[in-house]
Amino acid sequence: MQNYRKQNEGIIEIFFLSVSVIALLILVSIFLFLFITGIKAFTQISLSDFFLGTVWNPTAYGEPTWGILSLIIGTLMVAIGSLIIAIPLGLASAIYLSEIARPEIREIVKPAIEMIAGIPSVVLGLIGLLLLSPLIANIFGLSSGLNALTACIIVAIMVLPTIISISEDVLTSLPKDFREASLALGATKWQMIRMTLLPAGLSGIVAAIMLGLGRAVGETMAVLMVAGNSIAMPTSFFDPIRPMTANIAIEINEVVKGSLHYESLFAIGLVLFVMTFAVNLISDIIIERQVRKYKW
Amino acid sequence: MQEQDIKIEFKDMNFWYSERQILMDINMKIYPKKITALIGPSGCGKSTLLRCINRMNDLISISKVGGKIIYDDKDIYEKDVDVIDLRKKIGMVFQKPNPFPMSIFDNVAYGLRIQNMTDKNKINQIVKESLEKADLWEEVKDRLNISAFRLSGGQQQRLCIARALAINPDVILLDEPCSALDPLATAKIESLLKKLKDERTIIIVTHNMHQAKRISDYTCYLLNGKVIEYSGTAEMFDNPKNKLTKDYINGEFG
Amino acid sequence: MVNENARQSIYFVLFRVAAFFSVIILLFVLLYVVKEGISVINIKFLTSMWSHRDITQGGIFPAIVGTVLLAIGVSIISIPLGICTAIYLNEYAKENLLTRTIKLAIRNLAGVPSIIYGIFGMAFFVLFLNLGGSLIAASLTLGCMTLPWIITASEEALKSVPYSFREGSYALGATKWETVRKNVLPHSFSGMMTGSILGISRAMGETAPIIMVGATFFMGYLPTSPFDKFMALPYHLYILATQHSSPSASEYAMGTALVLIALIFMLNLGIFILRYNLRKRKEW
Repeated sequence: MQNYRKQNEGIIEIFFLSVSVIALLILVSIFLFLFITGIKAFTQISLSDFFLGTVWNPTAYGEPTWGILSLIIGTLMVAIGSLIIAIPLGLASAIYLSEIARPEIREIVKPAIEMIAGIPSVVLGLIGLLLLSPLIANIFGLSSGLNALTACIIVAIMVLPTIISISEDVLTSLPKDFREASLALGATKWQMIRMTLLPAGLSGIVAAIMLGLGRAVGETMAVLMVAGNSIAMPTSFFDPIRPMTANIAIEINEVVKGSLHYESLFAIGLVLFVMTFAVNLISDIIIERQVRKYKW
Repeated sequence: MQEQDIKIEFKDMNFWYSERQILMDINMKIYPKKITALIGPSGCGKSTLLRCINRMNDLISISKVGGKIIYDDKDIYEKDVDVIDLRKKIGMVFQKPNPFPMSIFDNVAYGLRIQNMTDKNKINQIVKESLEKADLWEEVKDRLNISAFRLSGGQQQRLCIARALAINPDVILLDEPCSALDPLATAKIESLLKKLKDERTIIIVTHNMHQAKRISDYTCYLLNGKVIEYSGTAEMFDNPKNKLTKDYINGEFG
Repeated sequence: MVNENARQSIYFVLFRVAAFFSVIILLFVLLYVVKEGISVINIKFLTSMWSHRDITQGGIFPAIVGTVLLAIGVSIISIPLGICTAIYLNEYAKENLLTRTIKLAIRNLAGVPSIIYGIFGMAFFVLFLNLGGSLIAASLTLGCMTLPWIITASEEALKSVPYSFREGSYALGATKWETVRKNVLPHSFSGMMTGSILGISRAMGETAPIIMVGATFFMGYLPTSPFDKFMALPYHLYILATQHSSPSASEYAMGTALVLIALIFMLNLGIFILRYNLRKRKEW
């Protein structure tokens, strides 16, 4: 009887293990497919042409060009621009929720903010398209509001819940001891926050920001709908841009499967994958260090 | 008891957590430049009483105070009292050492920096003096920049005392400061407290009657939120007037 | 002293404004979609097939059906997988390289851009496995994307069961699986379900992964097999908003958005109520 039970246990554990490995396999497969297809592009496009070339024109008659620099810049503009908006707004909200708000208010505001994360990106893109972009065009006297600025604002809204949620978790998880000691020395609450909590929670907050960065880099639908989709090199935030994600989405349905154009899109996908992987990895390491620091 | 200046006076003080009453009709005078010990069994309210003095209980939303605590000729619970300012004059050291995640130097300087002191020389001087008064200077003077967490428990607690001393408080409250420490570390802190009382008033909560007997000038015995007996320490331990006090003391010694 | 208090007051007001601003954004989005989309909503809109020539004569019923079918497909694929992975990681896994790698993989899967899932789905499910653009290809693709969310939510539910329950079971001579089955799963199952359904509701709003794996803008019939193409609310609304030439296109896009949000909202509300009721019944 005992042996039977033990055997059973072993089988069950192996079953669960195999299932868990699927998640790992998926990630590896994604990378493999991107790599296998994308790398073929580099047999015909030189690395410097790809990364430093400023003109992306794969369908040009005669001399197609494969420079994704303007696309990379588009992605970076959205990433940085949206963070510039979302970080101060997000941190301030997190501090409010964690340290200032009364519990009853917190119970309402926190879920409300988390609900923003539940709004599909395509709906936010729609609002950007129909409401925000004409507004921006009006305010700044532009002929079109489909530009980097509008994209940054919409993506900032999407990234906000991530930053707020994680930063707030970081702050509330800091031990009570610091707060008491600080207040007992006659610090005001703000002094306590500024001089004790924020420095102590800094790495966690940085991790939150990095996760937000990852989301901003990977955002597809919203930028597809409001960023303007011009492959020309932008000169300001009022110019239309085409981030890498939007580029893939736009062109993938029109390419011939297996062509160089097709492969080059996978190469862009590879670049995106590596970027978001790196950002997530870094934020992982930071969070782990933060957790270890306070587990005494 | 001699008639002398009074530093802090409790007048008909009552305290509740929501509906539960913790302290009842506390009437007591704390004398300046003396060590007053609050003793009593677990749950008698001595820590709560201590935390009322620097209004740390304000941080708990369900706390309610009745009566007065008079310090500097003013009831500290009056509406126009600046709590922040109060805490700069009445400092506190906690049961579990709670240094900030910063260097030793920054820990001690913290209190000065929140008062916007920027004179580096002055800060250095005060940090040194505070660490000396806390009997820690010799042990850390060559490594002021290391993290406070690298100190031993006893050293961390002395660091917390130095930190409290740096802003030169008039009164220092200590909430069972030695309960997490070994006898040697405890002895060090007891001797430095005896030196500190020359310049300031000290109120210490302790569950250790021997400690109260060793270092305090006045002792207050609390039971179930009431002051049972309050007198000079020698008097209380040699000749307790209240039967309850006698029982408590003998329970320990006997 | 007045200085510091004044500074604090100013900052705290700013922080309060920031937090409420974030809430206002949410309210504004919801109200705007309702306001702009409500005019289009009527029974015909919700229950008729899409009319390509004159969109004011048709409805988004097939898109609703497509989204629901997709949600079911994703649930079938990712919920069992996700829950089993969570059980392994929380109850069985030892501290070794494999475990750490799996956990790392899960965290990174959650950060992969949606369009990457899209082209992966196309390259792998549609082309390599030859499933063609279809409901099943899309369910598999979206399933990959939803998996990390479900694993995370299920892990949280498992972690919330106190360790003492397990200890008591082992002390009585139960095996690990018996303990998990009898003592851990019953208490965490509802939490896992609600977390998973939340993940599914997020999947329902995704567009990029389904663009190239079978979503179409117009189908004259409802999908009858998993190998059929399908319409879906997010993709439908995207095309209406960006590529349709009809003058009522934006209005209809808003209407579609409203239906999508309403679906997601109802699902979330249902979970919220469920969670509230279950929490009341918890004995610890």
